[in-house]
Amino acid sequence: MTTLNPHLKFASQAVAKPYFVFAMILFVGQVLFGLIMGLQYVVGDFLFPLIPFNVARMVHTNLLIVWLLFGFMGAAYYLIPEEADRELHSPKLAIILFWVFAAAGVLTILGYLLVPYAGLAKLTGNELLPTMGREFLEQPTITKVGIVVVCLGFLYNVGMTLLKGRKTVISTVMMTGLIGLAVFFLFSFYNPENLARDKYYWWWVVHLWVEGVWELIMGSMLAFVLIKITGVDREVIEKWLYVIIAMALITGIIGTGHHYFYIGAPTIWLWLGSIFSALEPLPFFAMVMFAFSMVNRRRRQHPNKAASLWAIGTTVTAFLGAGVWGFMHTLAPVNYYTHGSQLTAAHGHLAFYGAYAMIVMTMISYAMPRLRGLGEAPDERAQRIEIWGFWLMTLSMVMITLFLTVAGVVQVWLQRMPADGAALSFMNTMDQLALFFWLRLIAGVFFLIGLVCYLLSFRQRGRAVLAAPAAA
Amino acid sequence: MSTSPEALLPNRRLPGDLAMWWFILAEITLFSILILAFAITQRLQPALFAAGRQALDASMGLALTLSLLTSGLLVALAVTRVRQARAGVSALLLAALGSACVYVWLKLSEYAHLLALGLDVEHDTFFTLYWLLTGLHFLHVLLGLVIIAWMAVRAWRGGYHAGNCSGLESGALYWHMVDLVWVLLFPLVYLIGAGP
Repeated sequence: MTTLNPHLKFASQAVAKPYFVFAMILFVGQVLFGLIMGLQYVVGDFLFPLIPFNVARMVHTNLLIVWLLFGFMGAAYYLIPEEADRELHSPKLAIILFWVFAAAGVLTILGYLLVPYAGLAKLTGNELLPTMGREFLEQPTITKVGIVVVCLGFLYNVGMTLLKGRKTVISTVMMTGLIGLAVFFLFSFYNPENLARDKYYWWWVVHLWVEGVWELIMGSMLAFVLIKITGVDREVIEKWLYVIIAMALITGIIGTGHHYFYIGAPTIWLWLGSIFSALEPLPFFAMVMFAFSMVNRRRRQHPNKAASLWAIGTTVTAFLGAGVWGFMHTLAPVNYYTHGSQLTAAHGHLAFYGAYAMIVMTMISYAMPRLRGLGEAPDERAQRIEIWGFWLMTLSMVMITLFLTVAGVVQVWLQRMPADGAALSFMNTMDQLALFFWLRLIAGVFFLIGLVCYLLSFRQRGRAVLAAPAAA
Repeated sequence: MSTSPEALLPNRRLPGDLAMWWFILAEITLFSILILAFAITQRLQPALFAAGRQALDASMGLALTLSLLTSGLLVALAVTRVRQARAGVSALLLAALGSACVYVWLKLSEYAHLLALGLDVEHDTFFTLYWLLTGLHFLHVLLGLVIIAWMAVRAWRGGYHAGNCSGLESGALYWHMVDLVWVLLFPLVYLIGAGP
């Protein structure tokens, strides 16, 4: 990082690179554990007792969250200095926090894999401040404290950069999203005895992250990349961003109610949750219109076609996955039957991939050539491989979603709709769905191939840089 | 001579900001869903809704409607005055604010009355929907108060001119949207099915 990179506006933006690289490594891990689970769905004792299903699931979901956090942090370290028009407050702190977060993440995952979960709780002193044992928030308390420390240092670093520099709408929205992310994570330390209350506040982390503050982060990253690749006026982009985040917050915050159906919360949530979350597709639809109209009004032909494809692709896939597939089972009378079925898994997969995995890959696709000193875009061949990766991953994820949706509908039909006594049991229903699970597994293998293509495209870029001095 | 719609409408432009129109579209969508939910539930549980409506006073509903529509009229007159470059804009806006405050006062007294009777949001489906619909609308009225007050101050300082009043138009649009929603709510909540 000592050599000067002419393709970066500020040298300190280079700290984004290790964050992006590590995010991609964790992404590979996530997909591998997804495949293990996909096989365990149909071959129940696969890898038993080495990796039980519940452990694989925990690793799969935790890796997702952590790699997205690495991606968001990398994006912020790249985007905030450029928007603030000054060097990052402390690149050294960013690198130290990277190693702290990476080490904590790896140790936690190893803990999940090598120690029985109850043993891990005892080992990490969970009884002092019990926070473990809840879906997605399985991390040992000490890891949660570590995440808070890393977040505080990170917010201090980008916050100081922002305060001392130019304040734009994009960086302000991103900062608001990141602060919200840190604040709502604090509810992971609140673990009431009452199960209804526990679930009530658990959603303040899970829902208010993905259907609240993360949408601000996604919107600002999208706006940043669109300004860069289309050259459209900042004023136009900012106006869109305002409209999108206003709708996202209004629908998303009150839409939390769609998790409060039939769990002991007041009945008004049936109405609030149904109606407001029925409107949650709107901000995602606005993002689709935003991306397409900006690309149509572009003032320049950016050479990085792959990044443009990712930017448009993320809005469309997020609209389908988060918007349409979310709406499918968000109305209370529907959710009464579909809650926690394979339909939920279908929605979760396409929404997380479309909204968050793809926006991080959009940012990486845009920023990586510059971070690696290759220029605005990788060479033609690398882009072609990257675009292959885009289509393989996206179409595979659409197929995974469709197979899980069909499985979900059949599951609800067999297990949930019939009267007591006539309904199939859970395990018997799962047997009936085996065909769809096999098909889902095959689609998962294609997803992995797509991811390998995406990663290989970076290797091609490296070759291009070696070739450059020889040609000169 | 051209007969295209653009040529037939000289100085064709959108009053207010496009973002406000987008916002209004979203708001109307939200209230439409709520109104539909109310209407459908009424169809499914007519007896419950008739009983719930007994607790409401239709003349109170009329007073609420009149106070809100008066306020809307005054804001519209203020916009016309700015477009005609005439004085007295901030006075009209202050009068609109006063009329809106009458609405707020009446609505709060109705809410207090219902709460005293124990008819809160969890009482039954009619009152869940009553509180949800009118409560959400009430929050919009409160936001409207802030907007009208802000516009009155700006008008007092001479911030609006005949050719430059997009902000005032946007505020007036918002306020008319609040009016429109109430005009639909009044018959739906207070009147329909109340007769013998």
